[in-house]
Amino acid sequence: MSANTETKSALRAFAENLRRAPRRILETAFRSGPPRTDRTRSSFVFGNVFLHLHAVRAHRWSLRWTTTFGLGIVCAAAFLITLVTGVMLMFYYKPYPDVAYDSIKDIHFVVPTGAFMRNIHRWAANVMVVGVFLHMARVFYTAAYRGPREFNWLIGMGLFALTLGLSFTGYLLPWDQLAYWAITIGANIAQSPREITDALGITDSFDIGGLQRQLLLGSDVVGEEALIRFYLLHVMLLPLGLVALLAVHFWRIRKDGGLARPDDADQRLGPPPADTYPVFTEAPAKTYHLAALVRGKTPAVGDGPENTVPSMPHLFYAEMGAFMLTLLVCVALSIWIDAPLKELANPNVPENPAKAPWYFLGLQECVSFSAFMGGVGIPMLVIIGLGLIPYLEREQQGSGEWFGGPGGTRLVAWSVLFGLVAAIGIEALAIRFGWLREWFPKIPQLVITFVNPGTVLALAYALYSLAVVRRYNSTRAGALGLFTCFLCGFLVTTIVGTYFRGPNWDFYWSPADWPKH
Amino acid sequence: MSVNSNAPRSRLAPEPVARRDFLGLASVWTALAALGFGLIGMMRLPKAAVLSSPSKKFRVALPDSLAAGQPFVPPGRSVALFRDAEGVYAVSLVCTHLGCIVKQAPDGFECPCHGSRFTADGAVTKGPAPVALPWHKVSGGGGNYIVDEAATVPAGTKLKA
Repeated sequence: MSANTETKSALRAFAENLRRAPRRILETAFRSGPPRTDRTRSSFVFGNVFLHLHAVRAHRWSLRWTTTFGLGIVCAAAFLITLVTGVMLMFYYKPYPDVAYDSIKDIHFVVPTGAFMRNIHRWAANVMVVGVFLHMARVFYTAAYRGPREFNWLIGMGLFALTLGLSFTGYLLPWDQLAYWAITIGANIAQSPREITDALGITDSFDIGGLQRQLLLGSDVVGEEALIRFYLLHVMLLPLGLVALLAVHFWRIRKDGGLARPDDADQRLGPPPADTYPVFTEAPAKTYHLAALVRGKTPAVGDGPENTVPSMPHLFYAEMGAFMLTLLVCVALSIWIDAPLKELANPNVPENPAKAPWYFLGLQECVSFSAFMGGVGIPMLVIIGLGLIPYLEREQQGSGEWFGGPGGTRLVAWSVLFGLVAAIGIEALAIRFGWLREWFPKIPQLVITFVNPGTVLALAYALYSLAVVRRYNSTRAGALGLFTCFLCGFLVTTIVGTYFRGPNWDFYWSPADWPKH
Repeated sequence: MSVNSNAPRSRLAPEPVARRDFLGLASVWTALAALGFGLIGMMRLPKAAVLSSPSKKFRVALPDSLAAGQPFVPPGRSVALFRDAEGVYAVSLVCTHLGCIVKQAPDGFECPCHGSRFTADGAVTKGPAPVALPWHKVSGGGGNYIVDEAATVPAGTKLKA
């Protein structure tokens, strides 16, 4: 009898557990119940392997719309979109010459949702490149690279390089005319140190350019070996590297004390709004003072958490908002504009003009003056210069503020003017009157390599920023000037390369003027 | 290293275990050295020992009607062959700037990618190309020639027809 009751109750318990199972699964997934109190909101964050890349609380300054414009999240969101759609495209893409082209055509015209996947993959990649540029400019202009965030700026540089690398390697995969010739040009830029070694007559013994090109292409022509290498880089090596660096990048934001903000951020923000839930109204199971053991400028050192709000929901909802906005833009662009696909690659007839993707057209404009300086020399200098910024500029004034530092907005405005005028001036000179070779046909190549519109412009910018450093007696002012100038130079060369260069890389006011053949 | 057991030590002070440190450091450095050498070895893999490019040598018959100074481009090849009174010669059509294929122009060749211009014998007249178009080795005779795109000869080397 009693055994029967036990069985009965065990069965009942089983049925009850079965009924509750779905809810229990959900409850056990989030250890501490729904995030409704400050305590559960905190454990919601630090109890979750993905969310705990964030701090449990975010400063109100970080949540202001104008602090970041959500640009970092835009980049991450765009990367996530390319990751997912890229995997979808891999179902059908075949990395072999000619077959690759057919498979892209299949994806675009036959595969269900294929055209949309391909479009959004391409558009998200473009959004990511734009986002990375803007994000870097934001961090620079708010002086957010300063200690303790120096190293994260370097990680960011790595992410910048990987983003461009991913775009470049992805560009070859359709194996159409556009892809083939852009990669031919890119691979020959890798080979362009020969411009120097040839001029010095040491190419036979020291051919670093040839080695780079051969490692990239796996052959001496852009063929099947090159395609499989670019494919490997595009779908495996570079994304893995990017994900790893991304994790470090996010983690360090938290460990470096959240986003940069001015020292007087709390006073400027004023008292928290009345509906902000204060922290220490209930006995916390964990205090945030653990953070006080961490060295440096973490939010809690020497400061109460009064001006912070729980990351869940305030920060996460804002991030979701930025994510959704990015997704919306990518979807709208993909519905509106198809990704291009030209004719099948033809190694004997270059596309005319053969243009790289738009973000490389500034570089292409520079390589049309000198392959080595435009494609390797100046970019290397820019990357090294950018990377050194936080180590050379260690001032205090203006951290966390837009255009903060000596000179401020006024200096940036003047630098924009100088940067644009210098870039447009030197372009106009080269377009109207040509350059050294046309004036002195016998001139040695080494002179052109070191004195061409690109290097002259870079030198003008460097001299300008040195003058700014002297005038304001501040490295930050010089950095503001130099960064702004290079941004302007990038803009001008990119626009000239995109809109004003036609067949034979000649200057045309509009594509309507291009000669018909 | 001797340890003075009488000296008061903080609970937090690191223990002076020299041997363990030595073994630990030795293992770290050997591991790093092994990784380093391994990486150098691995770098040999991507550098192909045999390049999978198509054959650089090809056979071509020049048409009898080919006028002196008139380029003849064999289909599918990036080489222009010329025949004049001094002989036959081959000029590469791969731009020395960034590898595009140059096109015939009234006074020589021009590159569609970045506007380099060359004379008919390959010398640079304009644009970013750093050096002249190379000349390739031509052999054979009697209207049939073998051009070797892998072999470069000094400009002006012509094969007596």
